[in-house]
Amino acid sequence: MRLIRIAGDWLEQRIQLAGPIRETMEHPVPRQTASWAYVFGSAALTVFMFQLVTGILLALLYVPSAAEAWNSLQILNHDVSLGWFIRALHGWGSNFMIAIVLIHMVQVFLFGAYKFPRELTWLVGVLLLLLTLGMAFTGQVLRFDQDAYWGLGIGASIASRVPVLGPWIVNLLLGGPIIAGATLSRFFALHVFVIPGSLLAFVGLHLLLVLKLGINEWPMPGRIVRRATYLKEYHELTHKDGIPFVPGAVTRDLFFSAFILLSITVCALYFGPFGPSGQPDPTIIQTVPRPDYFFLWLYAVLSLLPPSMETPALLIGPVIAIGVLIALPFFSGEGEKSWKRRPIAVLTILIVAVALGAFTRLAGNAPWSPVMDAWSGEPIPAQYLKGRTALQRQGALVFQAKQCHNCHELGGVGGRRGPELDRVAVTLTEDQLIRQVIQGGGNMPAYGKNLSPAETTALVAFLETLSPVGQPPAREASRK
Amino acid sequence: MNPRDGLSRRGVVVKLGILLNAAVGAILAVPIVRYLLSPVIRERRAGSESWLALGPLDRFPAGQTRLATYRNPIANSSDGETANIPCWVRNVDGEKFQVFAINCAHLGCPVRWFPQSGLFMCPCHGGVYYSDGSRASGPPERGLFEYSYKVEQGKLLIRAGALPTPGSPVPSLTNISIRRSPCA
Repeated sequence: MRLIRIAGDWLEQRIQLAGPIRETMEHPVPRQTASWAYVFGSAALTVFMFQLVTGILLALLYVPSAAEAWNSLQILNHDVSLGWFIRALHGWGSNFMIAIVLIHMVQVFLFGAYKFPRELTWLVGVLLLLLTLGMAFTGQVLRFDQDAYWGLGIGASIASRVPVLGPWIVNLLLGGPIIAGATLSRFFALHVFVIPGSLLAFVGLHLLLVLKLGINEWPMPGRIVRRATYLKEYHELTHKDGIPFVPGAVTRDLFFSAFILLSITVCALYFGPFGPSGQPDPTIIQTVPRPDYFFLWLYAVLSLLPPSMETPALLIGPVIAIGVLIALPFFSGEGEKSWKRRPIAVLTILIVAVALGAFTRLAGNAPWSPVMDAWSGEPIPAQYLKGRTALQRQGALVFQAKQCHNCHELGGVGGRRGPELDRVAVTLTEDQLIRQVIQGGGNMPAYGKNLSPAETTALVAFLETLSPVGQPPAREASRK
Repeated sequence: MNPRDGLSRRGVVVKLGILLNAAVGAILAVPIVRYLLSPVIRERRAGSESWLALGPLDRFPAGQTRLATYRNPIANSSDGETANIPCWVRNVDGEKFQVFAINCAHLGCPVRWFPQSGLFMCPCHGGVYYSDGSRASGPPERGLFEYSYKVEQGKLLIRAGALPTPGSPVPSLTNISIRRSPCA
């Protein structure tokens, strides 16, 4: 013990930081901030540190070369003892980090913590959110598999739509004219040097601002923020009724951080690492690329927007969203902090959460994607074939052979790009069916050139049988 | 000499020092920016876009659409398999060809050809194209990207070398590199 104290004194004589550190730890904070609502910022910091450590561990074996990356991930997963576990920790850590950063942001927004004098803290926080999302996207690229390869293609296609500069941006993004070795190298540089370096710097600034300006007090309905009086009021609150940060408020932070790290570990152990999926070989086209969880909502938006709206929404949408986040503290820097008196703020959070949740859920089953192998892999349910005429069965064959099943559901199997056809005979007459098949329309291709008259007749005869028991098929009103 | 003179002289020297560093920084910035922009000005490099053989003509029977692959004209060992690019070759009538990029005109996913229904389908957002590459349905705003081709000594050649995207489809690539030259 004595030796440790001597060594400590020796160090302190030279570094001289014990005083400032103690002062920082014991700085008074409002009593009510010792709350479970205030643990998310510190948890985000903990997970960030955790990601740095697991990331460095992965970098020991990962090879950032388009020719080797996928193999090195296989080696990590299968050949190196516990390599899979480190990959799983880093992957789950990234999911937890995004979730915690988002929750932290919602809490800060609802508690009015972005108001005077903490505008800059909020702005740096917005930047940290964008950097975190950047880490998520670049990290997905480093898991260099089919999803990463085609995900880069999607990124390039989006970037190319920027007016005038589009093609230049694509080449800068990819490091060349195609997705290849240079692309992975630059995403490696971004994921391992540029973005983490920026994150470290801005997390430091974020923390410094929290220390300088103090932790946001618990918002009380009716306690209005005014630029002229706030600083004095906050000083009184912390010095008359405050508690020292350590050990007063930090206890819950410590417990929550430990809980989060434990959750990441349990998820990593139970679910294992993410991928990699198939090899990043573009000539393997039997692939159905999907984005990672946190970009699923974007995948849904890109499918559901009308084509003409897409480019403007893609290019202007993010600018507006970031602009709103930046403008927020200047637009409402004063006034009521409590969510109980800010119904629009609460509604905004609810709407955004419901929208993101709904899009994510929708993207989970992706009804807009054709089921590429339904025509050969999903047979027509037997009840649609029993007791049918030869012509109708021939039509069922056409239905499969012409890939109708890839986009149309029958008996709960097949694609959902187009409407399900279990009751199509109730809604469309024979003539309407023929016209729809031949001319297409309403987001359906025209099959006129690819169906012989005999095939069309058979197909429509089959479709005519698709009405539930007891419901008569649709008839032309003029042909009683 | 009073202290203020000394101070201002020292001030001038400090400013001069800062100026010197700024000048060196500016001089260094030119090659650094040039290095960072190399993917953009690479177009000038010979061979980045060139005629590539897809194989003998008898690999592409008349009236059929077949998958072909080529190795990107600029490739190095670190590219691995990513430099092998697939494309769809349609032999229209034994004389005329159409060579489509694999990438959907919506967001670049790989489209698949279904000869039975004569359609290209995209697995991502459900873009569909007819056999001649024109848009059939779904989110794409245009038809499939098409490479220019020629037939030489019984072989089918296409002009390729860049990922086609909605903002830079293959046919206009040559125009872009012409427009690019003065900037580069």
